[in-house]
Amino acid sequence: MRLAKKLLSEGSFYGAVLVLVTFAAFPFYWMLITTFKTDGDLYNLKSNPYWFNAAPTLEHIKYLFEETLFVQWIGNTALIGVCVVAITLAVALPAGYSLARMPGRSAESLGIGIFLTYLVPPTLLFLPLSRVIALLGLQDSLWSLVLVYPTFTIPFCTWLFMGFFKSVPREIEEAAVVDGCTVLGAFVKTVLPLSVPGILTVVIFAFTLTMQEFVYALTFISSSDEKPVTLGVATDLIRGDIFYWGELMGAALIASVPVAIAYNLFLDRFIAGITGGAVKG
Amino acid sequence: MTAIAEFAPRARHRFLFDRAEVLGPLFIAPAILYVLLLVALPFLLAIYYSVSAFTIFDPSYKFVGLKNFFDVIESDIFRRTLANTFIFTIGAQIIGLLLGKFAAMLLMKEFPGRGIARALVVLPWAVPVSLAVLAWQWMFDSLYSVINWTLIAAGLVDATHPPQWLGQQDLAMLAVTVVHAWRLFPFGVVIFIAGFTSVPKDVLDAATVDGAGFWRRNYQIILPIIAPIVVIALIFGTVFTFTDLSVVYLLTKGGPINSTQVLGSLAFQVGILSGDVAHGAVICLFLFPFLLIGVIFMLRALRRREI
Repeated sequence: MRLAKKLLSEGSFYGAVLVLVTFAAFPFYWMLITTFKTDGDLYNLKSNPYWFNAAPTLEHIKYLFEETLFVQWIGNTALIGVCVVAITLAVALPAGYSLARMPGRSAESLGIGIFLTYLVPPTLLFLPLSRVIALLGLQDSLWSLVLVYPTFTIPFCTWLFMGFFKSVPREIEEAAVVDGCTVLGAFVKTVLPLSVPGILTVVIFAFTLTMQEFVYALTFISSSDEKPVTLGVATDLIRGDIFYWGELMGAALIASVPVAIAYNLFLDRFIAGITGGAVKG
Repeated sequence: MTAIAEFAPRARHRFLFDRAEVLGPLFIAPAILYVLLLVALPFLLAIYYSVSAFTIFDPSYKFVGLKNFFDVIESDIFRRTLANTFIFTIGAQIIGLLLGKFAAMLLMKEFPGRGIARALVVLPWAVPVSLAVLAWQWMFDSLYSVINWTLIAAGLVDATHPPQWLGQQDLAMLAVTVVHAWRLFPFGVVIFIAGFTSVPKDVLDAATVDGAGFWRRNYQIILPIIAPIVVIALIFGTVFTFTDLSVVYLLTKGGPINSTQVLGSLAFQVGILSGDVAHGAVICLFLFPFLLIGVIFMLRALRRREI
């Protein structure tokens, strides 16, 4: 009896996990299988959609790379990402350090103030920003995104950096200053080398935040060859009313994989950052 | 003499970088400047547009007072949109939270394949929204929907009239809400896991010894301990959902007949696609009071965690 009960509860446990994982991951399985199905197999109501009814094909992937701007979009995304990461590091790193070492409650208020701007959504700002972008002559250019994306990466990364620098003991810098370094020198020579894991985390997150953004890209950019991959795939692979599902799913899959991997690797640090150390220990 | 003259400027330079009260503000100034120029200034600009007659075809800054606000409030589409936004937000939030908590409780247990399960569960939150939603659009396809194929194969729906997930008003609303909850729940999962692991084991053991059952442990011991982190996550989730336009725009463009229109997508349609910047700005500004409430709660949550 006890064995049966145990088996039953184990079974329902794994059943629940299975249902959950299916709900979360099924759309990605769907991307995968659609990418490699022939059109004849895809658009046939009689065949079982869950598996291949005809031999898998690389036709969609080939089409994607040879006949569309997909490669260009990936290049655009990489360029935007690198520039945004550079700007974010240049601005958020000193800001985070300054907030971590500034004495008193004003520093804390300032830090919370900067963090709260992360709550300001693109939906509130895309209209006026689109006018600002137009005034600057950056319409339809990926540089508009390089300019605007740091508005959400800087607040978040400043907050992350503040946490990292707070965990570096002050005594290390003080020792360096006693040894003849300037305050700046002490920061560069002792604190920065200790913060490499933190900097790496920020780089990954600034990059993934940039890749996930959609609203600003949709608002500012309408020429195909300036689009980042997330926008290009969603808007330009559909011609007229015809959806090329094989190509669409292939593109979505290829562009998703790197972000998914990066996210999973750095998830724990991200959580620590977003909750601002709400959980101690 | 020359040696001293050369030394002096260097010393002053050195002196400047030695003073934390100079270096501190210098280090933080660029961040503040960026936020002021590209967040605060555009926000003021939005307020300015909202009281003008500005369109992209007639970029005049004619002051019209609160006329735009009255126009918007009186429109039926806006009222429907506002109601939709609340349904969408509350619906997605409840589904996301319940699923998130449930999933976190499952994933807290040690079992073979737990790492993979966690990685798969996090996917919807990690993958760029526009790409993930494309997969749902294909799953909701009017003709080749895998969901309908399964329902028909199981004999649950009539093959001649399968449900049109994105084409029927009530179903479309359900679809966008579920898809958003799907994006949101992994965030809940990781937050709850982070919370659960922070509960000291001896506290739980002591409670069990004292006779506290499952529910009592859950709601009188675990919940109060993890409350601050859950509140922060809840605020994030609510703001994130309330202001979202990506899911709706990509799945239904607000249709059919505005049945899934939310504030964000309506503002996009009016302000960008129709070029009526003034009225679009008004719709965006309706987000602001709710955002402000979110910020105030967030501040209280952040302060409370220090005590």
